[in-house]
Order: sequence, then structure tokens, then C-alpha cells
Amino acid sequence: MTATAETTAGSRGSQPPVPDGAVTVTVKIRRFNPEFDDEPRWDSFDIPALPSDRVLNLLHYIKWYVDGTLTFRRSCAHGICGSDAMRINGVNRLACKVLLKDLLQKGDKQTTITIEPIKGLPVNKDLLVDMEPFFEAFRAVKPYLVTYGNEPTRERIQSVADRERFDDTTKCILCACCTTSCPVYWTEGSYFGPAAIVNAHRFIFDSRDEGAEERLDILNDIDGVWRCRTTFNCTDACPRGIQVTKAIQEVKRALLFKRV
Amino acid sequence: MSLALDKPRSPRRPAARRSNGELYSWLFMRLSGLLLVVLVLGHLFIMNILDGGVHKINFGFVAGRWASPFWQFWDLAMLWLAQIHGGNGVRTVINDYARKDSTRFWLKMLLYVSMVLIISLGTFVIFTFDPNISN
Repeated sequence: MTATAETTAGSRGSQPPVPDGAVTVTVKIRRFNPEFDDEPRWDSFDIPALPSDRVLNLLHYIKWYVDGTLTFRRSCAHGICGSDAMRINGVNRLACKVLLKDLLQKGDKQTTITIEPIKGLPVNKDLLVDMEPFFEAFRAVKPYLVTYGNEPTRERIQSVADRERFDDTTKCILCACCTTSCPVYWTEGSYFGPAAIVNAHRFIFDSRDEGAEERLDILNDIDGVWRCRTTFNCTDACPRGIQVTKAIQEVKRALLFKRV
Repeated sequence: MSLALDKPRSPRRPAARRSNGELYSWLFMRLSGLLLVVLVLGHLFIMNILDGGVHKINFGFVAGRWASPFWQFWDLAMLWLAQIHGGNGVRTVINDYARKDSTRFWLKMLLYVSMVLIISLGTFVIFTFDPNISN
């Protein structure tokens, strides 16, 4: 707290009354303000919170009533939009899907929650990262329906079994939890990353799509699926419960046996 | 998904053919790993456990083994597979962790030179070994 000392006030004025049953928790946030800081720094806030609160509520409390300069992304706040991916206690989670009661220490011990920006992407400010490299990899795998020839006059029919094959990967919300939990992605930015492969998988195994070969060729490259070391960080991180590593392995198998 | 040609005249863009190098290297790691389990554990068992273990190994023992083409082939296969398997593993580690292109290039060059050196020296010894050298 050096340069921001004069601005330590919330954006919504004075603190509201503390509700019954609230506990005081320490929220330790890795912060970076490009206008003042050369290096990221840690800030701690002791705030009252209910066990039923989500981590996002704690961030809101800090921003609204303690330090209005705290910067983070969030939109729907209900685990659908995928804006508030961050590293909570060392693992990638959506702040709006983690409940405080699951992080509380046993007994009377003081609870400390560390929050960092997701790794592997450039930090713009505090918990806000530049998602552009992530979306660049996403766009590179052609995440849209590719067909050739004349459009059919009726809808493209698909059987239940055919739909089932890629059902899991349709659930992706592009929050970047998986990609930024991948050690290969941290150390070398040119790997496509799990999220891009998941979204390629969604179309490769779609019976209505005809672009599987193009996508498989893209993912067969040095920066494609063969970079995956099956550490399962991505599967553990996914807030939608997608079996990410399994999807990557299915793409590998499709490449290996040259059939989808 | 099969390539059903229900619209035979429609233009289909051929996929840009890229190299399958990474696929083959990945496949090689799996297959050579399986072979190495047999070769290395067998080697370990024969050399270090059977018949008094490591104390029996001397010039005569090695000369006796390499008189048979079977053991020559065993050791040759083990040398080549272990070197290429390990070298390929280190190559992927370098690819993952080297941050600068020049660092990556020179580390890989060092790796490849050492691999070639050890493989050729080992192969040379296995094929030109002379049991009568002490005479």
C-alpha cells in the first residue's frame, strides 16, 4: 500500500452493518497497478463474511467498501459467463462458484484466502488479465461449423448417439481456468492450450461438421495435442466439470488412427 | 465419421498437410517404453541379481555374453531405444521450458550431439568387440 494509500476507500461509501453469524477472514490478493508498480505485490484485507458467501462476495465487499481500486472481471456472477476465473488458494476456480464455508479453517483458526490472477496470461491490473492470447488460440482451431457444398433445405439431422459424442465439450464457457492451469501453457505460450482443444473437439466429433480434417491437422502440429503431458490440471480446474484431458486424448486417438 | 460423398461436385478444400513428426514421436515413446521395460528389467536381473549379482561381472563375462548374437542384439536394442527414448523426452522438456529460441536451439543441438556420440560409440563397441584384446 504505497501509491494507492490516498485512494483506499470503497466505491460505495461506508461499510454496511456486519450481519449475524459473520466471521472475519483475511483475503490476501496479488495486486499489480501498471501505473505505479514495477512488481506485483500482496495486499491483505480483514473483512467480515458469512460462510454462505461466495469468494466473489468478498471481492465485492473489498471493492465496494474498503478499496475501490481493486480491479477484477465479473459479469453474471452465477458461473455461466466465465468472467471471474482466478487462482484461489493456488487452484483455478470461478470466484462466483467457490463458497467461503468450503475454505474456512477448522476450529477458531484465522482463515486466509489467497487470490491471484490466472497464470500464463499478461496481467493488465490486479486480477484482470489480457485474454487475447487465449482467444487467439481458440480462433485458430476454427470453432464454428464448417460444411461444403449446397446448404440443405431442411435442418441438419443428428442422432442422439452422434450428439452424445461431443456433449461434454459443448459445456465450455471459455473462462480459461483449464488453459491457465496447464504447466505447458505457463512455460511456453505457443501451446494451443486445453480450452482450444476442447472447442476443436466439440466440432471434430460433430457428425454435421465437415472440417474435422482441417482441425486435426492444426492440432497435429508441434504446438497441438502432442504437447499435452496428461497432468490432469485442466480437468481438475474446469468449473463446468468437463473431462478436458479425456477430450484431448480423444483428439490424439483420432489423429493416431486417422479416424474420427 | 465417414466421408459420405452425397454432394460429389461440391468443392472440398483439402486440409493443409502438415508433418506427422510429433505424432510419430509420441507413438515411439509409448512403444519403446514398453520394450524398454522388458529389456532393462531383464538386463538388471541378469547383471545384478542372478548368479552372485554384480560380483560376477568381469571381462570374461562380458566377452562370453557378446559371443552370442542374441545378447549383442539385446544390448544394441537397449542402447538405441534408451538413447532415443530418453533423448526425445529431454527434447520435449527443452521445448516446454526453454524461453528463448536461441536457448532452445543450442540445448537441442547439445542433446542431439551427445545422443549421436553415445549411440555411435556404443554401437561401435558392440560390433567391434574383440575378446582376445588382452592377448
